[in-house]
Amino acid sequence: MAAEQQGKGLMGWIDARLPVTEAWKKHLAEYYAPKNFNFWYYFGSLALLVLVIQIVTGIFLTMNYKPDGELAFRSVEYIMRDVNWGWLIRYMHSTGASAFFIVVYLHMFRGLMYGSYKKPRELIWIFGMLIYVALMAEAFMGYLLPWGQMSYWGAQVIISLFGAIPFGIGDAITLWLKGDFIVSDATLNRFFALHVIAVPLILVMLVVAHILALHEVGSNNPDGVEIKKNKNEDGIPVDGIPFHPYYTVKDIVGVAGFLIVFFAIIFFAPEMGGYFLEHANFDPADPLKTPEHIAPVWYFTPFYAILRAVPDKLGGVIAMGAAIVVLFFLPWIDRNNVKSIRYRSLAYKVNLWLFAVAFVVLGYFGMQAPTPMGTLISQLCSVIYFGFFVALFFISKMEKTKPVPERVTH
Amino acid sequence: MKTRTLFTAVIMSLVPVFGFAASGVHLDSVDLDPTDQASLQRGAKVFMNYCAGCHSADYARYNRMAKDIGLSEEQVSENLIFTTDDNGERTKVGSLIFSNMNKDFGKQAFGTTPPNLALIARSRGTDYLYTYLRTFYLDPSRPVGVNNLAFPGVGMPHVLWKLQGLKQPVYETTTDENGHEHEELVRFETVVEGTLSEEEYDSLVTDLVNFLDYLADPIKVERHRLGIVVMLFLFIFLGVAIMLKKEFWKDVTK
Repeated sequence: MAAEQQGKGLMGWIDARLPVTEAWKKHLAEYYAPKNFNFWYYFGSLALLVLVIQIVTGIFLTMNYKPDGELAFRSVEYIMRDVNWGWLIRYMHSTGASAFFIVVYLHMFRGLMYGSYKKPRELIWIFGMLIYVALMAEAFMGYLLPWGQMSYWGAQVIISLFGAIPFGIGDAITLWLKGDFIVSDATLNRFFALHVIAVPLILVMLVVAHILALHEVGSNNPDGVEIKKNKNEDGIPVDGIPFHPYYTVKDIVGVAGFLIVFFAIIFFAPEMGGYFLEHANFDPADPLKTPEHIAPVWYFTPFYAILRAVPDKLGGVIAMGAAIVVLFFLPWIDRNNVKSIRYRSLAYKVNLWLFAVAFVVLGYFGMQAPTPMGTLISQLCSVIYFGFFVALFFISKMEKTKPVPERVTH
Repeated sequence: MKTRTLFTAVIMSLVPVFGFAASGVHLDSVDLDPTDQASLQRGAKVFMNYCAGCHSADYARYNRMAKDIGLSEEQVSENLIFTTDDNGERTKVGSLIFSNMNKDFGKQAFGTTPPNLALIARSRGTDYLYTYLRTFYLDPSRPVGVNNLAFPGVGMPHVLWKLQGLKQPVYETTTDENGHEHEELVRFETVVEGTLSEEEYDSLVTDLVNFLDYLADPIKVERHRLGIVVMLFLFIFLGVAIMLKKEFWKDVTK
C-alpha cells in the first residue's frame, strides 16, 4: 500500500483507498462560499434538484413507455390511467421540463447581473452554456416521445429548419436526423435513445464539470467581490462560510419554496393552460393532418420568434443559431472588470433590462400565430437582443463604474 | 425531392391560419362539477347509449369508470355496456371502452373514422364540446343533412336529434359600413320538436360534457384532493426549513 492509513475505523480504511472525506471537505464542509448570497442564488441548487427529479421520474416512465409509432401515444395514456401513480410521475416529468427551463433562465440571468461569467469564471459560464444547449436538445427530443400532434409537427418544423442549409447539405442532415423522409417510427426510436441515455449522460458530465470548475475558483456573489482576497490567519476567507451546513440548510428553504410552486402546478394545473402540455398534444400524431397552428413549447419560443422575425429562411436559421452562440462569448464581450450590476453604470443597467424584456416579449410572440404587428415587434426585439451584446462591448469599456467595496456588503 | 415538398408543406403551415376562436364562432361556456357523481352517471348513460356505438374511448376502462363515478361493476356491466368482444359476448367490465364500429365502416359512412373520445375534452375543451353538441342545424347541402356552428362541415349526424329536435337557421342580410352585404345567421327556429325542453336538453349535454371531461382526466378530483394535503405538508415543511436556517445562521455576522 502506498500511503499509511491516517484515520481510524471504516472511514479511515476507505479514505486510504478513495478520498471520500477529502472530497466531502473540499466540496461541502470546507468549501467556503460568500456569506451574502441572495434570492437569486437558489436557482443553481434548484437546477440540480430538477435534474434529479427528471432522471428519477424518467427512469420510471421508461418502464411503461413504448417507443413505437403505433404504441407510444397509447402507452402514455396507459401510464396516466392504469399505472399506479403513473399520472403523478408523468406530470412531474412534464412539469419538470418546464421547471428546468424556468430555473435555468433565472440562474443564467443571475450570472448576467452579477458578472459571474467573468474572469476567472469563464469556463464555468461555458460549461453552463453547454448544459443549456444539451438541455434544449434533451427537451426537444423528449417532447416527441408522447407522439401527440404537437410532438409530431413541432419536431417536423424544427428538424426541417436544418433543411435551410444550402448545397444539399441541409436536406442530407434532415434525412439523417429523421432516419426517414418524414418524422416516423425511426425518428421516434432514435430520439428515445438519445433522450434517455445519450444526452442525459452528457448533461450529467457537464454538470460535474460546471461544479468542479466552480469549486476550483470559488463562487461569485451579489457584490462581485473576490472573497479569496481577504483571508484570515488560517487561510479561510473572512467573508466565506462553509457551504455545509450554512448553504445546505438555506437551500432547503429554496427547495421547499420551489416544491410548493412545482406541486401546485402538478396537482392543480398540470397543463398550465396549454403552456406546459399543449392542448393539441392530446390528439395522437397524424402525419396526414397538419394542425392549424404549430408552436414550440414556451421555452423555445424566444428563439423561434427570432427565426420568424427574419424574412429570409436561411437568414432566420442563422439568426436563431447566432442568438445562442453569441452567449458563449459573453465573458469576452463584456470588457469591464467590475462584476456586479450594483457598481455599474446606468447605461449598463438599462441595456441589461432591455435585453431581459426583449427576451420575454420574443417568447410571447413566438407562441402566437404570426401577425404583421407581431412580426414587427419580434423584429424590434431581435434587434434589441443582438444590440445588447454590441452595446455591452462598448459600454463596458467606456462606462463610469462606482467603486467596488473591499468586502462583501449584503 | 420528397423532403423538399415536405419542407414546403411545413413552412406553409406557418402561414397564419386561424382556429375557431378567431373565425368568430362564439363558444358558450359551461360550468362543470367533476365531483357531482349523479351528473357523471347521467352523462355516462348518455355516452354509452348515444356515443359509444361509433366512438371508442379505449384508453379508459369500464371498471375504473364504475369506481370513479360511484357505480358498482355489476351496475355498469348490466346497464352501461352495450358492446360485444371478439367472441360476440358482452364486453367484460375490465375491458377498455371500445366501440362496436369497424374503422373502415366509419370511414365509408361518414368520410372519417369517428374519433376516440377519451381525450376529446382535453384536446378541444369543454366549452367547445358544450357548444358543438347544442348547435346542430338542418343543412340539406351536407351528406347527413345537418351542419354545426362549432364545427362547420361536420361529418357526424345529429345523433341526439330526437331529444333536442331539429332546428333550421334563420339568416338576415346586413349591410356593413362599406356597403357590403353579409348573410348572418341570427337565430334558429325549431322545425321538429324534441322530447326534451331546451333547459332539459342543455342540462343533459352538460352532464355528457361533464362525463367527457372526467373521461379525459379521470384522476382530476383525486388529484385536487391530494394536492391540498401536499400543499399543507409543504407549507409546514417550508416553516420548519426557515426555522432551521435561522437557527444555523445565528452565528453568521452581517
